[in-house]
Amino acid sequence: MSKTDVLLSARDISVTFGKGHKAFQAVKHVSFDIYKGETFGVVGESGSGKTTIGRAIMRIQPLSSGEICYNGERISGSISRELDQEMTRKIQMIFQDPMASLNERAKVEYIVAEGLYNVSHGVSHEYVHEAVSRALSDVGLLPEFASRFPHEFSGGQRQRIGIARALIMQPEFIVADEPISALDVSIRAQVLNLLQKLKRERGLTYLFISHDLSVMRFICDRIAVVHLGEIVELADTDTLYRHPLHPYTRALLSAIPVPNPEVEKKKKLLVYDPSMHDYSKEKPTFVQIEPGHYVLANGPELETYRERLAKQD
Amino acid sequence: MENNVVLSVRDLVVQFTLRGQVLTAIRGASLDLYKGESLAIVGESGSGKSVFTKSFMGMLDKNGSIKSGEILYDGMDLAKFKTEADWLKIRGHRIAMVFQDPMTALSPLVTVGRQIAETLELHQGLRGRAAKEKAIEILRDVGITNPERRYKQYPHEFSGGMRQRVVIAIAVACNPEILICDEPTTALDVTIQAQILDLLRDLQKRYGLTVIYITHDLGVVASVSDRIAVMYAGDIVEIGRSDEIFYDPRHPYTWALLSSLPQLGERGEDLFAIAGTPPNLFRPIKGDAFAPRNPYALKVDFQYRPPYFDVSPTHKARTWLLDPRAPKVERPKNLDRIREMGGFIHE
Repeated sequence: MSKTDVLLSARDISVTFGKGHKAFQAVKHVSFDIYKGETFGVVGESGSGKTTIGRAIMRIQPLSSGEICYNGERISGSISRELDQEMTRKIQMIFQDPMASLNERAKVEYIVAEGLYNVSHGVSHEYVHEAVSRALSDVGLLPEFASRFPHEFSGGQRQRIGIARALIMQPEFIVADEPISALDVSIRAQVLNLLQKLKRERGLTYLFISHDLSVMRFICDRIAVVHLGEIVELADTDTLYRHPLHPYTRALLSAIPVPNPEVEKKKKLLVYDPSMHDYSKEKPTFVQIEPGHYVLANGPELETYRERLAKQD
Repeated sequence: MENNVVLSVRDLVVQFTLRGQVLTAIRGASLDLYKGESLAIVGESGSGKSVFTKSFMGMLDKNGSIKSGEILYDGMDLAKFKTEADWLKIRGHRIAMVFQDPMTALSPLVTVGRQIAETLELHQGLRGRAAKEKAIEILRDVGITNPERRYKQYPHEFSGGMRQRVVIAIAVACNPEILICDEPTTALDVTIQAQILDLLRDLQKRYGLTVIYITHDLGVVASVSDRIAVMYAGDIVEIGRSDEIFYDPRHPYTWALLSSLPQLGERGEDLFAIAGTPPNLFRPIKGDAFAPRNPYALKVDFQYRPPYFDVSPTHKARTWLLDPRAPKVERPKNLDRIREMGGFIHE
């Protein structure tokens, strides 16, 4: 992975819901780059704004400030019709709940092909049929399934249909919003492996949104930890797991269940309390503390983080 | 281990009728539950783990019934219970349940405090002020700050984790002997999940509860369970102390469940995935139900259902691999990593 190829970059983006005194800022001045071919993880609790970030990239959610660039071209705000169509094809999404995200009254063929109908007008029936069969076999389903309805499938199979629906557009970039949270452990492994395989074979880039750091460690190259609309820490996966600095990251890591009863029974849970930061004198900034490792902190905090890093090395 | 059995299930068979077809959800499962222990029942969706425990409370769907077997509890055979009046003596009162989804388990139209007080009035005969005071005390017990104010609030004013605490409060309000937690943390965030498990462990000690956890995620139960029962296709295929199941699993299905944990995966490599799907329970099952998905299956697995083989006095598994005549089989390598796994925070 060469660090020079930035595929998508978010510059100081904010998303606000509501107006006036009811306004709620769900995403607060967030910036990050996603490199071509990597899996970029966004982790945080419910309400942290991680899904809103994903939706902003999908252009479902308008930004209140900042901009998003894809291959150097701005795709947020008002853009030309051609670029809009192109982005609709290139950026696809996989949703969390395979039970809720498929149209119960449509056959699989239509569900998977819908994107094609929307973007390219006048596609031939044969072409669509062919493309659906290919997309279904790519995700490990039989092409015959195209004539069935979603309720005939198990949760894992439905999630594969959701992935096939994204793949048929031959996207470059996929936003996967908690794609495995609603699945059983064994099915979860199948879907994760499928996502990894597709990435390898097609050079896809993922934005992977999840609250579960145990899965993130396995699939992501870099991870951004989001708390209340702000990125509090960003690093490549190994660094983040080896030197977690921000107390919120540490709390998330301490909560990962360890499948080892001896360790787990003695484990101490770290609880994150935002009031532990004293930001009255000095506001925190997002600083690079070691190569590729960013953390949100003010001066005194950076001091202690640096000390901790020095001790660990 | 304590020898006093509170609940004993013997060869339980539960069937459902669906569009004229018979589905056997529980295929002759047996289980002894010891007083004061916490037992985790682990399995995929459709393995029958929820149905199994629902049959202890008379909560099977209308088209389901207990075909044979016994559920012995306090000198009674619950499998013989027919009327709702019988069940009301047990359900909620002696055996209570915490449901998976705190968003749907509470009534949105009734204040949280009222919902707890209601249980107290129904089962413990407390009235008015006494019920309210007790309800506030329980809210405090489940870790809700400022319970007097929270008592008057509605469920929508609570976060997911807080709501699950309320659901737990309702379940423990009547001081039940057995608490069944059906996927108590699946709908929750990881940090909240850890807090809820902490709470359940703490309540178990304080109230002297016997707890059954139902989950599909073996990773979650390491912290809370004394014993683990692994369920597959309506039967318990392996049961043992928590350390025996994690460090010395014997059934290939347990191997598969443990191997597929993302915590054991290496980045860049494929995660272990169980091939295929669970068997169709509308058809009778020949031999070992897991055999078609089992890379270690022997010929005999497709012919005869294996009996339980004892590994230790507390640990047994239903697999022909434990038969002295079976060939020696190496368990998956990545299971050796379990013992070395530490936490993710190093000081």
